[in-house]
Amino acid sequence: MELTLWTYEGPPHIGAMRVATAMQDVHYVLHAPQGDTYADLLFTMIERRSERPPVTYTTFQARDLGSDTAALFQNAVSDAYERFKPNAMLVGASCTAELIQDDPGGLAEALDLPIPVVPLELPAYQRKENWGAAETFYYLVKSLARPRAESPAEGARPSCNLLGPAVLGFRHRDDVHEITGLLAQMGIDVNVVAPWEATAADIARLGDADFNVVMYPEIADTAARWLKREFGQPMIDVVPIGVSATCDFVRAVAEVTGIDASLVLASNVSRLPWYSRSIDSTYLTGKRVFVFGDATHAIAAARIARDELGFEVVGLGTYSREFARDVREAAREYGVEALITDDYLAVEEQVQALQPELILGTQMERHIAKRLGIGCAVISGPMHVQDFPAAYSPQMGFEGANVIFDAWVHPLVMGLEEHLLGMFSQDFEFNNATQASHLGGGSRPADGPAKQADTGETVWDAEAEQALSRIPFFVRGKARRNTEAYARERGLNPITLETLYDAKAHFSR
Amino acid sequence: MMKNEDRQMRPVIRERGQREVFCGLTGIVWMHRKIQDAFFLVVGSRTCAHLIQSAAGVMIFAEPRFATAIIGERDLAGLADANEELDREVDRLLQRRPDIKLLFLVGSCPSEVIKLDLGRAAERLSARFMPDVRVLNYSGSGIETTFTQGEDACLASLVPELPAAASDDPSLLVVGALPDIVEDQFRKLLTDIGIERLAFLPPPRSTDMPAIGPGTRYLLAQPFLTETARALDERGAKRLSAPMPLGEEGTTAWLRAAADAWGVDERHFDAVTRPGRDRARSALQSYREQLEGRRIFFFPDSQLEIPLARFLNRECGMQPLEVGTPYLHREHLDRELAWLPDDVQISEGQDVEKQLDRCRAQEPDIVVCGLGLANPLEAIGVTTKWSIELLFTPIHGYEQAADCANLFVRPLARRNRLVV
Repeated sequence: MELTLWTYEGPPHIGAMRVATAMQDVHYVLHAPQGDTYADLLFTMIERRSERPPVTYTTFQARDLGSDTAALFQNAVSDAYERFKPNAMLVGASCTAELIQDDPGGLAEALDLPIPVVPLELPAYQRKENWGAAETFYYLVKSLARPRAESPAEGARPSCNLLGPAVLGFRHRDDVHEITGLLAQMGIDVNVVAPWEATAADIARLGDADFNVVMYPEIADTAARWLKREFGQPMIDVVPIGVSATCDFVRAVAEVTGIDASLVLASNVSRLPWYSRSIDSTYLTGKRVFVFGDATHAIAAARIARDELGFEVVGLGTYSREFARDVREAAREYGVEALITDDYLAVEEQVQALQPELILGTQMERHIAKRLGIGCAVISGPMHVQDFPAAYSPQMGFEGANVIFDAWVHPLVMGLEEHLLGMFSQDFEFNNATQASHLGGGSRPADGPAKQADTGETVWDAEAEQALSRIPFFVRGKARRNTEAYARERGLNPITLETLYDAKAHFSR
Repeated sequence: MMKNEDRQMRPVIRERGQREVFCGLTGIVWMHRKIQDAFFLVVGSRTCAHLIQSAAGVMIFAEPRFATAIIGERDLAGLADANEELDREVDRLLQRRPDIKLLFLVGSCPSEVIKLDLGRAAERLSARFMPDVRVLNYSGSGIETTFTQGEDACLASLVPELPAAASDDPSLLVVGALPDIVEDQFRKLLTDIGIERLAFLPPPRSTDMPAIGPGTRYLLAQPFLTETARALDERGAKRLSAPMPLGEEGTTAWLRAAADAWGVDERHFDAVTRPGRDRARSALQSYREQLEGRRIFFFPDSQLEIPLARFLNRECGMQPLEVGTPYLHREHLDRELAWLPDDVQISEGQDVEKQLDRCRAQEPDIVVCGLGLANPLEAIGVTTKWSIELLFTPIHGYEQAADCANLFVRPLARRNRLVV
């Protein structure tokens, strides 16, 4: 058993729903009790979708358990087929139905429907949402995709599939648009986008493309590997988030297709490089950032943070255990140890210990940040209604880099504001207890000496404590931490004004 | 026109098909705020954790007083291990939260299907942690409970724990979680009417459990408390038959049920309730103008549907078409059913696809439904009111009668305002 307060990912059948709902003519019959229908609201409320997900739940009850839940399931499949007339059907069980072992796959097959029926085995007590999405997409591809019918005509434009975008994905809708445009600029056609708005027939013709673009490895990696193995389609798994990664992506595509990339690279329209070099951005230098999210977005964010904004990455982590290795590898590059966890409290603990100036995380980290008075930008799911902005807001490609620059810089205290806060920290409306203007009104949570008192470790004398309180709040945590480390190393207790300034001098060297 | 008895026995559509409702775990979202020293530990799957989180929106204002112990592969392999694991998690939890005085082990679909005996686990843990922490158990599983039945199961589990009343003197117990502000209003009204020995279930703190005995009379403040009522009856308490305290009329009749049982003089009752009644009526006036004649369709959700339909019909002039309820308790709702017009179709249970067909065919002016259905209906031009808001917003009592009406006015008014 594992105690959970908040969870980053839902169960694997939610992943299957995200794939089914992304597609146009696929229906999913889920053997599940009534409570599981809550999942509909994820789609209709969070993503504001105008249609219910194409999912039929059997909603069996306790009294059915003694009798025939298998018949209930078969009826649900027949009724759903009659009512919705899908071109392919997914069948499976949620956590509770997995325990009653009705074999949805076999039951559906026995009905002999005139459409492909894809059974899903998604072990709910081992796996989670993104894995469920990947597995579902893989099964669909494996069942429906056909190899290329005929070789392309001489001189035809190269084509690719965009794999991975789904419902309840972080900016997937806009990323598809952005990457389609980027590829068009290179003279490359998109054969199929899947699962996003694809039909069963589209999945069947995946084999017609020259190569696959794995936009979101969490969802498309398994399927893309299968397509590579079976149909010999090369896969591009460079995720084009950030200016450098987008350029890498363009080069990788150029290599696969033999297209000259220099024109597209030269036309790099992102404003991020100039904005980052402009003098106003000097204050961004060395800002300590903590990065947490799904593996794809976390890895991309760390790279942008360090290489394109000049931040210092002080922590990097993910809840995507399937991609822990990639995140660990990336973390090594920043000289930090990767945090691989789906325990929200462990993330909070690390944030508290690291005292970053900016958090790039999920909605969960946004709440942590709010509580600790730290700026935060959201870079990854799990999804919240705010993560579906009305405005075009891709993360990928050159426009994505612009969006990211704005989204990450705005939560920070601006350069001049930072100086003013430092100079006038005793001003009555500018003082330490008030929130920075960009974080909205209200008072900040105290970061007072209570903690030190109960650990009994280092004590601050009154004079030092007062001086500390005059340091602007956004660097106060760092000053406190550095000074205490300095004092501990030298066995200085209590911390005096002298210690504070000695430590300051020590660390500024 | 039907007689009351006929109205109470009116024909009901009973359907068996896909239900589009929450399970009883959802009740934790408000119950954990109501009993301030209680913690709700769901023993379930990742789905359970995800459900509560999604139903609550992601509201991480503080470490919440609920959590899920997620059953893993190993727990499925052996129940002995599962019990050990559960004890270990409870240990850790109580160490971290010494402020917790009452711990509910909440059963879920998976815990019930694998027959994890949480009743025994609760006894075992109670024996270990008493007197500091009392451990109780109830089921919020979706194979047993629908949405608000979780609160019912929770309160029912408290009833055997209530201390025995020292005497058989009459006392009144108001049953059902109410927003604090409503509870305060009811307390004042009932006290002013002349009821001195008065308590509420659930209490704000588990250490203030109301005493109960044969002298106890109770009023249900919510329509979904079947099991709690049964448990109270077993303790010798007696239910006062009343409609739900929704709207001016419902609230007055509800208060009057208590007043009658206490033999309160009609003039005194009138004097105490008059200001509230007048305020409620005048506040409802403008809303009534906007709701009059509007046709309303209810999907089953909280079991509040029938009392709401009655209030919206009699005090706001709305015309209920179909009133769906997940479960119909004819005895507790007898007064409500008698107040509903003859031509209202009541449906119990659900086949959501067929019900959507009926809903679309009847073209109601407004539909009350769960969150999964609301936007898809709005997208085809149907105005909706999310039913979950009726649980999170104070709607009971005189001072909230107009607020309750306004919940239905707003979606209609919004549609009128927008020109895009």
